[in-house]
Amino acid sequence: MDLLAKLSGIAERHARVRALGLEGVGVVNDKIISPTRAIIGGRETILAGTNNYMGITFEPDCVAAGQEALAELGTGTTGSRIANGSFAMHAQLERELAAFLGRAHCIVFTTGYQANLGMMSGLAGPRDTIYLDADSHSSIYDGCTLSGAKLVRFRHNDAADLDKRLSRGEDDGGGKLVVLEGIYSMLGDRAPLADFIAVKKKHGFQLLLDEAHSFGVLGAGGRGLADEAGLEKEIDFIVGTFSKSVGAIGGFGAGDHPYFDYLRYAMRPYMFTASSSPASIATSIAALRKLAAEPQRRKRLMENSARLFAGFRALGLDMGCDVVSPVIAVKCPDEPSTVAMWGALLKAGVYVNLALPPGTPNKLCLLRCSVSAAHSDEEIDRIIALFGSVVAEGHGLRAMSA
Amino acid sequence: MTDTAAQICKLLEPFNSNGTALSAKTDISADLNIDSVTVMDFVMEVEDHFDIEIPLNVLSETRTVEDLAKVVDSRVKKG
Repeated sequence: MDLLAKLSGIAERHARVRALGLEGVGVVNDKIISPTRAIIGGRETILAGTNNYMGITFEPDCVAAGQEALAELGTGTTGSRIANGSFAMHAQLERELAAFLGRAHCIVFTTGYQANLGMMSGLAGPRDTIYLDADSHSSIYDGCTLSGAKLVRFRHNDAADLDKRLSRGEDDGGGKLVVLEGIYSMLGDRAPLADFIAVKKKHGFQLLLDEAHSFGVLGAGGRGLADEAGLEKEIDFIVGTFSKSVGAIGGFGAGDHPYFDYLRYAMRPYMFTASSSPASIATSIAALRKLAAEPQRRKRLMENSARLFAGFRALGLDMGCDVVSPVIAVKCPDEPSTVAMWGALLKAGVYVNLALPPGTPNKLCLLRCSVSAAHSDEEIDRIIALFGSVVAEGHGLRAMSA
Repeated sequence: MTDTAAQICKLLEPFNSNGTALSAKTDISADLNIDSVTVMDFVMEVEDHFDIEIPLNVLSETRTVEDLAKVVDSRVKKG
């Protein structure tokens, strides 16, 4: 039996996209011009699907910090922090991030994916139970699997459903970890934190909040959904990423538990992978300082998000979430039409994410946009106009949502 | 088919988009051509119907309606 024969379904799906003259997930940015512009297929394209929420990837001081670290500390660390030791800069980033978050401890990972893999598997073991939201990111699912814990899935954003499942389970003496996300990446909706915290008070579990899409984005201090909701004290563990609002690559876990730092010796995705390169750490530090010093970026992001949201609503588009969010997903009727509309938008000069099942909840086919603080009003208006001609008028979506 | 398997088949109907004839031997994912997320959504319906907990990690060895019925029977509260 050929091991790769099982990929035939993927090959067929890919061929259907290629038959339309599109590359699907294989889009290549030939040149990146700015946080919101690239050359794709020879055309200057507005980027509206890169999670570059703060538009911070070309900030001169961040670029300079990266260049300096590259020149002074070299191209890579050539190993894990457990084996090779840390660079002083890794510890500095952890200190600054802990201070930013107002937490006692912070551990930095090489990628955001590994942060979730590490935190789930470090916090929970085979004798524990993890309750995870049905719409959780794959990195949470994979981390849960790695942990060996008992896994119970509850209905998305439904605190009453979590309550029911906690009541249903027999007390086996193990620990209980509940995992939520600040902003859910596909539909852009936020977790109803206060409702979940009421359930926490009733049942007594430890709570982890993944702020991947909300760190740097929500809250007066930019610390995420818990900051916005004024409920940070109720959150035991935070996970986040440097690949979105921070504009670099890497991830983190943070908390106040006195044993938190010992997780370093209990998380395989931290122990057995090379640590972040000096340039990546240095740009993360510089960007973090910028997030702290420039709250106007968050204001601008929310203004842009509101502008896009209002524009789409005026077009009659059916969106994934009914509040303004930097993630704005447009629901489409089926896979062939979604692929076709996505391709038409790209050819017209706007890049959004083509999001299809099983990567989406409830079998939805989505054209997913992520807004940046760096988008100009003109760029937002251009995105709205193109969705108007391609999606609303061209494919009868207005009728569908009416 | 056991009563549990019959109830599972009934719960499976809304997920049976390709018109497969459902039986105890039906492979839930392969025969119905449904993806991993949809299988988890279906299992949630089964949990709520029988008012039991079916942790995701016990599903790796569960392929057919019959397999799932055994899991359900072992977890339904007695009395």
